[in-house]
Amino acid sequence: MTTRRIVVGAHYGLRDWLAQRITAVVLLAYTLLLAGAMLFTPELTYGTWSGLFATAWMKVATLMAVIALIWHAWVGVRDIYMDYVQSTGLRLTLQVATVLALVGYALWAVIILWRV
Amino acid sequence: MADLAAQKARPQYRNIHVTQLLGYRLPPAGIVSILHRISGALLFLAGIPFGLYLLSTSISSEISFQTYRAVVTSVPGKLLLLVLAWAFLHHAIAGVRYLLLDRHVGIQKEASRTSAVAVLALTAVLTLLVALKLFGAF
Repeated sequence: MTTRRIVVGAHYGLRDWLAQRITAVVLLAYTLLLAGAMLFTPELTYGTWSGLFATAWMKVATLMAVIALIWHAWVGVRDIYMDYVQSTGLRLTLQVATVLALVGYALWAVIILWRV
Repeated sequence: MADLAAQKARPQYRNIHVTQLLGYRLPPAGIVSILHRISGALLFLAGIPFGLYLLSTSISSEISFQTYRAVVTSVPGKLLLLVLAWAFLHHAIAGVRYLLLDRHVGIQKEASRTSAVAVLALTAVLTLLVALKLFGAF
């Protein structure tokens, strides 16, 4: 007796589903952290605001949030393309452009945080 | 037969065409869902680049901080901030609802309907507060 299994898909479904949720929680945590930090800053001036991002823990937290953000955005935007863009060529083009934009944003964030 | 033909045909939706979208009555959960997607697209297209631009100008130097102040106090800047604030609030609050649904919290028909309405109401109230703050009511 033989068992015939029909294997479909690239098996990134569960991984991406889980990644979208984990990154969402990271982003919620960062939002609360930033809101809390702003609440405890007496007056929002250039000095207090840039001082907040000058600390190592805030830099690390912000970069973690940026990584979570581009990962989260990638899964979501790719889902939108998969639903609405039926031409494989156009979808691939959009996906490549999206990846380039997201990686660019992440690098930009590193440069911004590097300056303070 | 004539009576039957005269009867107003009930709309049928099998594959929804773009032109039928506005006539399609979505339940609250459906509205939350499509707005979650639209707000996500907005946050990707405008939210990330504008957010990074604001972060860059606000923390780089005293001079760039003045640019940041000028941008966020201009009317186009405030309108963009308001749209993005709505997108962020809706996306985040609806996102919490989805995380709870994933944990099987409130998956019953009535509970999920109530939570969908709650997401829309809470987002509306918070967006209104942001609007009042942006345009100087307090």
